[in-house]
Amino acid sequence: MTMLTGAAVTGGANGPAAVNRNPGKRRKRWFAEVGWRHLVGLLGVLFSLFPLVFVVSAALNPLGTLSSTELVPTGGVSLENFGNLFARTEFADWFLNSLLVAGGAAFASVFLSALAAYAFSRMRFQGRRVGLLSLLLIQMFPQFLAIVAIFLIFGTITDLWPAIGFNTPWGLLLLYLGGALGVNTWLMKGFFDTLPRELDESATVDGASHAQVFFRIMLPLVAPILAVTGLLAFINTINEFLMASVFLTDTDAKTLAVGMRGMLQGGERNTNFGIFAAGTLLTAIPTVLVFQFLQRYIVSGLTSGAVKG
Amino acid sequence: MSTPLSGPGSAQQAPGRGPVRTGSPRTSRTARNHAPITAAGLAAKVILLGLVAGIAIWAAFPLVAAEKWVGLAVLVLTTAALFYLYLGRRHVPAKYLIPGTLFLIAFQVVPVLYTASTAFTNFGDGHRGSKDDAIVAIQTSSVRQVPGSTQYPLSVATKGDPATGALVFLITKPGTDTVSVGDAGGLRPLEPGAATVGAGGKVTAADGYTVLNFGQASARSKDITDLVVPTAGGALRSSGLSRAYEGKAVRAYDAGCDCVKDSDSGKTWTADGEVGAFVAADGERLAQGWKVNVGLSNFTRVLTDERISGPFLGTLIWNFAFAIGSTGSTFILGMLIALALHSPRMRGTNLYRMLLILPYAMPSFAMLLVWRDMFNTDFGLINNLFGLSVDWFGQDWSARAAVILVQLWLGYPYMFLVATGALQAIPRELTEATSVDGASRWQSFRAVTLPLLLVALSPLLISSFAFNFNNFNAIYLTTEGAPFPADNPSNGATDLLITYTYRLAFGGQAAQFGFAAAISLFIFAIVAVVSVVSFRRTRQQEEVYA
Repeated sequence: MTMLTGAAVTGGANGPAAVNRNPGKRRKRWFAEVGWRHLVGLLGVLFSLFPLVFVVSAALNPLGTLSSTELVPTGGVSLENFGNLFARTEFADWFLNSLLVAGGAAFASVFLSALAAYAFSRMRFQGRRVGLLSLLLIQMFPQFLAIVAIFLIFGTITDLWPAIGFNTPWGLLLLYLGGALGVNTWLMKGFFDTLPRELDESATVDGASHAQVFFRIMLPLVAPILAVTGLLAFINTINEFLMASVFLTDTDAKTLAVGMRGMLQGGERNTNFGIFAAGTLLTAIPTVLVFQFLQRYIVSGLTSGAVKG
Repeated sequence: MSTPLSGPGSAQQAPGRGPVRTGSPRTSRTARNHAPITAAGLAAKVILLGLVAGIAIWAAFPLVAAEKWVGLAVLVLTTAALFYLYLGRRHVPAKYLIPGTLFLIAFQVVPVLYTASTAFTNFGDGHRGSKDDAIVAIQTSSVRQVPGSTQYPLSVATKGDPATGALVFLITKPGTDTVSVGDAGGLRPLEPGAATVGAGGKVTAADGYTVLNFGQASARSKDITDLVVPTAGGALRSSGLSRAYEGKAVRAYDAGCDCVKDSDSGKTWTADGEVGAFVAADGERLAQGWKVNVGLSNFTRVLTDERISGPFLGTLIWNFAFAIGSTGSTFILGMLIALALHSPRMRGTNLYRMLLILPYAMPSFAMLLVWRDMFNTDFGLINNLFGLSVDWFGQDWSARAAVILVQLWLGYPYMFLVATGALQAIPRELTEATSVDGASRWQSFRAVTLPLLLVALSPLLISSFAFNFNNFNAIYLTTEGAPFPADNPSNGATDLLITYTYRLAFGGQAAQFGFAAAISLFIFAIVAVVSVVSFRRTRQQEEVYA
């Protein structure tokens, strides 16, 4: 609809009449209407892309050092860095650990907060308001501020249950689930609230249990917000560095963030830049894939959640 | 699976009608509105509760073995409560809230409370254990070899991997075959026959232990030198890799005066319960202290100690500037580009969008490290490209500008995305109406588009501010807080409060867990106040609770 009005208005203003004007004026007018938009877009794209071009050329540069890297590779192109990445570091382990931890934490935290958001949105119970407020309050104390306490608590857990202690992906995953409620619950509750009550009420009248209403009716309808929160949780967990660095110290237990930072430490910093860049490109693959897969949900999900708070 | 009365059906009631279970009596239910128990639902319930029971049993054994009865009680009660909750038909909201809440309590609330209690102690390096631990540590570390010290043949062994396992000393009493095993906890005799004693009294094999050969032992010679085995009269230490001596403690605790005396110099250090350390008359403190409650002193130290309050205030101001700068600049740039691309006459917006949001899809930890190296003085892309030789991270203001620029690059695609979405939600008729009324583009943007955008995006701006306020990665992976003033290596120009806290707790110098926890609480209070004020101002509360 907007397309139609937009085209009609501009067409009426400078359509047939514009043909008779001189071309210079027309070009000026085109620039004022559309051209500057392309200029801004192009500048934005340039800003977005130049560090990425730098990474790509560093990854393909056979010399593989920071000092030899240029924006455009002139010294030839090779995949040597990718080979070295797997041969000289535990990149494959880190990659799998990250996928396991980030994928598992994203999936579980989305599920847990969807459960809570359903209760907060559809049910009225004692302590609901207090519950919502305390979620907001607790979430203001970011989990990693308590890193000292977490470190000490997990020291005991490692003694008792080494399977979920330090240097295991499972312990880190559980730790991340501590923050599963909170912001996501609020975002999802806002989205649940926009769905008409009549949907689940009629299902209840038809004899559906609350579990059936949740799994069969609500979850499919809130797919956009599930996709968005899942993506955000995945990105945040992949990038989480502070807790993972305290938690994972064995080389083969590390996640990508911890392991790859180690590549650029100390004297190796300059020489490892090429394989680091190769690792960066590989690390981006899962996120970009999830991103492409969920893209149609992202804009609508983010804004509808945002409007509702 | 439960009653429609207490389930989602209760949502039909007006809010505030009263407790959920005051509805009509259960007997009035007809067969039709009684939700049937489905086979799939039952199976899911059995499997999940079976899993809970299995995990509980698995978790119980180590607790019993370690005799942690409080922990076991918590475990049993939690499991019982879960079974009661999910086997019954009541408490439907709780069924949905408990799973997430359990994790929230275990890994967020408990650590936060633990942090809060730590903030009132002097917990940290030198103040880790009890007073008795401190006395043992002081005595054993003062052990000297004195004339007449007993010498023992020594074998070093581990209880696992030779390269990483915990070390023990195996020593043989001279002239006999009695073998004792010693570690930091003390010396215990080994069962006769459990160890094989070779020529010269050296132990060659022992049940349950791996005796290190010479190569393995010399690889860990530092650990061996550091190992002190307390004994009744002093302590055992190694001298070389094959001999141990029992030395006398030069410093000894005297319960009568509650002090530590040095038998060489005659100096005494008296226990001071306020600071948790032994203090001499001239003010000298022994390094090993113990953990005591220090009340509010960690908090007052931040405010009154000039060496801390000055840099702390500077860090706080920069922290606000960083959060506002990052959020504001990303919002402005993202919105400008969204506005530019938001026109029915624009072609290729999908392509623009795809390329623009690429930074958002890249792993930010890696890109932060890439940016750090792009700002490298000698080989960095920025200096190379523009022919500069700026030491970006060496000066206060260039370092600050650099980290904000990096945040702008990482963050504006997100703002662009959400601004695009919000713009699409604003009806075009509104801006068209203003142009009919003769408003310029700028006027209609100021009067219509911007306010509507801000209404839609203010919750996101607030949460973005809160996120950036504690954006650990942004600083730690780029400047690590640098540049530091010459006289204060613990608080740099780009340090945020969170990176400062991390350095206090896990940095190179002595860990100050108590002080770090106090600063965490300061950060919490600041973020909480800012968030509450801004949420109130945007009146989101009212809308959300409706």
